[in-house]
Amino acid sequence: MSGTKKETGFSFTIDGVEVTAYAGQTIMEAADEAGVYIPRLCDHEGLRHQGSCRVCTVKAGGRSVAACTQPAAPGQAVENETAHLNKMRRDLVEMLFHEGNHLCPICEASGNCELQAMAYRLDMTEATKFPYLEPCRALDASHPDIALDTNRCISCGRCIRASQDVDGKGIFGYVGRGIHRRVAVNGENLADTNADSGDHAMSSEVCPVGCIIRKRVGFATPIGEREFDKGLIGHEIEEKRK
Amino acid sequence: MGNGHAINHDAAAPTCEFTPIPEGDIAAICATFGNDKHRMLDILREVQDRYHCISPSTLDRVASHTDLTRIEVEGVASFYSFLSLVPKGKVTIRLCDDIVDRFCNLEEVTAVFEEVLGISIGQTTADGAFSLEYTPCIGMCDQAPAAMVNDVLLTSLTPETARRAAEALKEGQSPETLVSDRFDDLTPHEQALRMVDNNVRHAGEVLLGPVPEDAGLNNAVGMTSSQIITAVEESGLRGCGGAGFTTGRKWRFAASERAEKHFVICNADEGEPGTFKDRVLLTERPHLLVEGMTIAARAVGAQQGIIYLRGEYVYLRPLLLQVLEERRRRGLLGEAILGVRGFDFDIRVQMGAGAYICGEEGALISSCEGLPGEPKTRPPFPVNRGYLGYPTVVNNVETFCHAARILDKGASWFHDMGTEGSHGTKLFSICGDCLNPGIYELPYGHSVWEVLEMVGGQDAAAVQVGGPSGMMIARDSFHRKLTFDDLATGGAIIIFNGDRNILEIVEYYMSFFVHESCGYCTPCRLGNVFLQKAIQKFRKGLANPEDIDYLKELSGTIIETSRCGLGMTSPNPILSTLQNFPLVYSAVSKPSKDGIRDTFDIQSAIDGARKIAKRRSYIFDKDFTQ
Repeated sequence: MSGTKKETGFSFTIDGVEVTAYAGQTIMEAADEAGVYIPRLCDHEGLRHQGSCRVCTVKAGGRSVAACTQPAAPGQAVENETAHLNKMRRDLVEMLFHEGNHLCPICEASGNCELQAMAYRLDMTEATKFPYLEPCRALDASHPDIALDTNRCISCGRCIRASQDVDGKGIFGYVGRGIHRRVAVNGENLADTNADSGDHAMSSEVCPVGCIIRKRVGFATPIGEREFDKGLIGHEIEEKRK
Repeated sequence: MGNGHAINHDAAAPTCEFTPIPEGDIAAICATFGNDKHRMLDILREVQDRYHCISPSTLDRVASHTDLTRIEVEGVASFYSFLSLVPKGKVTIRLCDDIVDRFCNLEEVTAVFEEVLGISIGQTTADGAFSLEYTPCIGMCDQAPAAMVNDVLLTSLTPETARRAAEALKEGQSPETLVSDRFDDLTPHEQALRMVDNNVRHAGEVLLGPVPEDAGLNNAVGMTSSQIITAVEESGLRGCGGAGFTTGRKWRFAASERAEKHFVICNADEGEPGTFKDRVLLTERPHLLVEGMTIAARAVGAQQGIIYLRGEYVYLRPLLLQVLEERRRRGLLGEAILGVRGFDFDIRVQMGAGAYICGEEGALISSCEGLPGEPKTRPPFPVNRGYLGYPTVVNNVETFCHAARILDKGASWFHDMGTEGSHGTKLFSICGDCLNPGIYELPYGHSVWEVLEMVGGQDAAAVQVGGPSGMMIARDSFHRKLTFDDLATGGAIIIFNGDRNILEIVEYYMSFFVHESCGYCTPCRLGNVFLQKAIQKFRKGLANPEDIDYLKELSGTIIETSRCGLGMTSPNPILSTLQNFPLVYSAVSKPSKDGIRDTFDIQSAIDGARKIAKRRSYIFDKDFTQ
């Protein structure tokens, strides 16, 4: 989706900040380059845009759109960091917490978890209001090097795209519909597939939560020295502007 | 609902693997559809019809024949309600579980089927003969309660007729013989009419009155693409499926897109509960529909078309196939239509398989491509890059029929009917608490009152305009007019009298959206579940006044962040009743006396602990003994 840089860019604004974009670029792509962070969970650098988590919802020309899939348009005024949008994003993040079983204190992803980090960034500090759905899905520990705890899956599908498009394997896919829709593996269990711990899909950066677990490395990095112990999620992008 | 997804836990039920499917059979089915992954829905429907199950080994084999991974095939097989990964009976009885059916004695009809077949809803008999299920609206609300028995429709069921049908099936009669002893001797049109009444109560000037054969098409062949599109634009015709996009503009966008191929698709996935107008057009005006599609094909330069027929209307498939065949024979489809060189166009019928979301344009295209029925990211729009990436016009059945009539009678003839911004006539499917449910073809602009008088529904306390994704209005709004600018509707008008429980209706509609959300995006997948649970709280009398704010806020988030029209409208049953029937909510919500939430139930909270500890609670169980 990234635009060819040879073309001349055009400009639009995000919260009043002028941003340059090229034809074919999405709002998020242009924002990332300009050092403006738009919160996101299902989008990940190097993977196809999916537009499913909706956390990147922004207002463009008065309409709510997903910044990861919406093409930037010349002269458009985009709203990003508004109280209204952040409230809705917080609702969405809360929904994801309530869909699965997210017990941060016992999760080895704590500190590296984008869902947790997004909750901090969006100031999810009050008691949540949705009912807990408390799924009870079997742990898949069949593979010698990788385990899957889909009770923590947020259906972002990053592993699906990474496996399909980067690894050329197709180990993961969505099954079911509606509230029953979930990520599943291409076979009876993970050992039944050609999954390898060296796959991009299995790398710690692709799964944003503690669903895809690489065995025997869980606590190699101690709490306190983890990704989001260093700064809020999105800080690397925001630092580009400083 | 929820039953739709109930898994059969009956241990005695046969598994697919009991009767292994010969490898040659799966290969033959896949070959019938050219081993083409884009025909996956057809392949899986065929497997389901023949073997009543899509087993893990079948997934593997279909995947290898179509060059897909098993998980991709499983993604399709697990998406559609009419496909099953666990064994179903040779005969599947699907009782329509719409709210209108519930108000028409569905419960007793269900009890009869359960008693005679010896199974409950969601189960399959041990001998693998029958499955019994609930399914959302099957488009028969004017003759509820209704049921599908495999591909056969039963309508206006009573406990007596249900018993006769169930007993006949149990004795081994085929579903077809429930309709007629000489079912196969009947024409497809006769078969359809034996199963389903059309209930045309008022024929208007455009669609249901006398319609000369192919007069519009005969005119169109003498016109340029641009002239055809201009006529449709000038008529003011807007899409009749609900969204109301200007038809001529849509055609012009697609026509101006340079591409190797163009496609024309008819959306006959009429799934909005309470809507059944397309059913009647498909039965009574199938030639007019195909004529309209053929005109659209000429306008945009398409050579191939698809009619996407909802799975619930499978009983109309033979009729459509016959019409298409007849038109090919008469030179109205195929190569050189009406002898015009280069005017080539043909149509295939794509069956759906039980998924409301496929009525959404992008989801419908996904489904035609053999994918799960998930909406597509927009842009690109279908008119630019649609089916298989080619420019595609998707219109509703009624829209194509109107277009054919406009090409016959002229743009101004159509434009002069109706009101400013809402031109022509509209088919209204009217059901619920009224004397004469059925189809009314009326010009736009009638008030709800006028319509209620026409149908004998003057007692109405509430009217659902546009189905659950529309609005529920109260008597103080009955003066409002049925137009795009006031009360817009794809055709559904559901009437409820003062005896009906508004919250029961709202809870049903929310359960419908939960069942039918595709699950792609967070707000629609989860938000609707939370809304449904909140409404249950109101119904149980456990809601606080703050819960009203919760409903509004959550609805707002779902509407604003959802990816497609389903989530953008699914909170409407709640929002429109909060607005128009506020007392219904305030009457059952009360402030808590002590700050403790009424929904907190200590007994259910400690129940899990009881089970784990295998003992009763010292404090909370009076009968504690240990």
